[in-house]
Amino acid sequence: MKKTDVKNLLTKRPLSLHLDTSMWEKASEESKQQKIVERESVTFFKDGMRRLFKNKVAVTCAILLVLIIVAVIVIPMVYPYTYDQQLSLMGDLPDASYNNLKPFEYGATEQAKIEAGEDVFPHILGTDSLGRDYFIRVVYGTRISLSVGLFASIIVLIIGTLYGSIAGYAGGKVDLVMMRIVDIIYSLPDMLMVILFSVVFKQTLAPAIEGTILEKLGTGMISIFLVFALLYWVSMARLIRGQILSIKQQEFVLTAKALGATPARIIRKHLLPNCISVMVISTALQIPNAIFTESFLSFLGLGVSIPMPSLGSLASENLSYIYSDVYRLLVPAITICIIVLSLNLLGDGLRDAFDPKQKK
Amino acid sequence: MDKKFLFYILKRLGLAVVTIFLVITITFFIMNFIPGGPFMSEKSVTPETMAALEAKFGLDKPLGEQYLNYLKGAIRFDFGPSMKMDGRNVMDVIMEGFASSAKLGLIAAAGAIVLGLIFGSLAAVFHNKLIDRIIMVVSTAFVAMPSFIVATLLLWLFCIELNVFPANGQTAAGLVLPIISLMLYPMAYIIRLTRSSMLDVLSQDYIRTARAKGVAPSKVLFKHALKNAVTPVITYAGPMVAFILTGSLVVEQIFAVPGLGKYFVSSIINRDYTMIMGTTIFLAIIVTIMMLLSDILYKLFDPRVDLS
Repeated sequence: MKKTDVKNLLTKRPLSLHLDTSMWEKASEESKQQKIVERESVTFFKDGMRRLFKNKVAVTCAILLVLIIVAVIVIPMVYPYTYDQQLSLMGDLPDASYNNLKPFEYGATEQAKIEAGEDVFPHILGTDSLGRDYFIRVVYGTRISLSVGLFASIIVLIIGTLYGSIAGYAGGKVDLVMMRIVDIIYSLPDMLMVILFSVVFKQTLAPAIEGTILEKLGTGMISIFLVFALLYWVSMARLIRGQILSIKQQEFVLTAKALGATPARIIRKHLLPNCISVMVISTALQIPNAIFTESFLSFLGLGVSIPMPSLGSLASENLSYIYSDVYRLLVPAITICIIVLSLNLLGDGLRDAFDPKQKK
Repeated sequence: MDKKFLFYILKRLGLAVVTIFLVITITFFIMNFIPGGPFMSEKSVTPETMAALEAKFGLDKPLGEQYLNYLKGAIRFDFGPSMKMDGRNVMDVIMEGFASSAKLGLIAAAGAIVLGLIFGSLAAVFHNKLIDRIIMVVSTAFVAMPSFIVATLLLWLFCIELNVFPANGQTAAGLVLPIISLMLYPMAYIIRLTRSSMLDVLSQDYIRTARAKGVAPSKVLFKHALKNAVTPVITYAGPMVAFILTGSLVVEQIFAVPGLGKYFVSSIINRDYTMIMGTTIFLAIIVTIMMLLSDILYKLFDPRVDLS
């Protein structure tokens, strides 16, 4: 056969059953470009955040919470009154006209100042029975309630993560014993134990912390933290253990082991980073729980120590004003509801966005 | 009943006994941590009176013996005499208060379960419709409200603004609001539980089969779906009782219901230590038993549940 014949064979003739040889030609650069997947690769975090931002309810709650947090940080800095300043005791003689002011009313000396043409900052929510500006007390109470919730949840996170990851990684008998302990603590009726511990800590802690920096926090607050550290970490520990148990079977852990990594390093570098979404979600849902507990204890008179306000103690202090000045009760009560509700919804949103099991 | 199930019950029973024992032990020793003894707050107590008081309550004996005595008593529900209410036994006070607390709690629990199941199923049947949305918004809001806040809001709205109910919990009409304030949170929780498990069940094949063979819609809903969707609610029965009991501590205080909660709160304020211990242990035993029952019932109702 001649050379030209080969070329003839490759070109398709009309009506022949010959396969179209152009299909086997080398792809041009242009058509190669078309084959590249349009969607850029997203990291797990980016993917989750994108889904979170699509969730309107969660975003609204997040914005609301940020606003509240900024407000409770900024307002006490610029507000002319403080939460424990008794306006009635500012002059040389106690001035009862400052006690129990209604919103936007002024005490006697302030009234005189206004008549003299001076500017006096209004008491937006009036004052309480001891002549303290009520608005700043609510702001400060919100700050305390939020920080109690946050720190209590961080304590729970640390203890639960440590305990759960050790139990999960060790496995076997260690795991069995550690989890039995968790079972028992889990089955204790937590609220009753919280009340009991708070009663006792409130009595016993005062001499122990005298003169230290902890004294400023007050026994009530410390007993709340202690109670959380003692009782509330168990569900976090269970969760982390479950995660670790499933992750530690995977090959990369085996590789790390074969390369001689210590158990502590494997837990820190390989296992816990894979649990981070579970940790974030359950901490977000733990905060409202802690605020709930704190306000409940404060309502029973076991929470933060006077003169420090918290939303729960403000609600309980002002329960008797329900007939005359109901706003004093409603403001802290509704603030608690708003905070707990938005934290709950944000936590739900985080779970929907970051829980890989629910990925559609 | 197979062997595995029996073993599970035994194991669960063991855990309950350990829990109750631990509650008694923790309560006893932690209350002994409080320095100075319970009579320190009393003014001008002579050493003789102090000794007499300590002898009366058995506080002069060594701690170990006191503990054993307390344990022996607690098993028989005998928590000794109250330290602040003269001549009254802790258990008598508890029983007196618990009678009305239990009435409140039972009505609240029953209401929460019935209404929760009804609204939960409604929300699931009308999934993504307006009814579903409304029910979900309301129940989400109620889950975010501590019971004492619900109680104060109800008190303000219905007793003071509208003046429909008396603010005093001693009459029958006055018990309506305390019951509602105890009921709302568990009800909202049960609505959410029922809705999600109902949605799950309604998408199963056997529901489609039942519908395809022409079973009446109401029968599909109640006989085929609800019966299977109800099991997660059973697991919540234990925690619900715990919630209602502790919730009643403040709700009774707010509405002045003469129940156990009122005695408990006043015993915290008066530092009546035997009363605090007795009430804590008593409530803990009830909660533990309820948890035990709900766990066992759950396994009994749903044979698919893994027993290991």
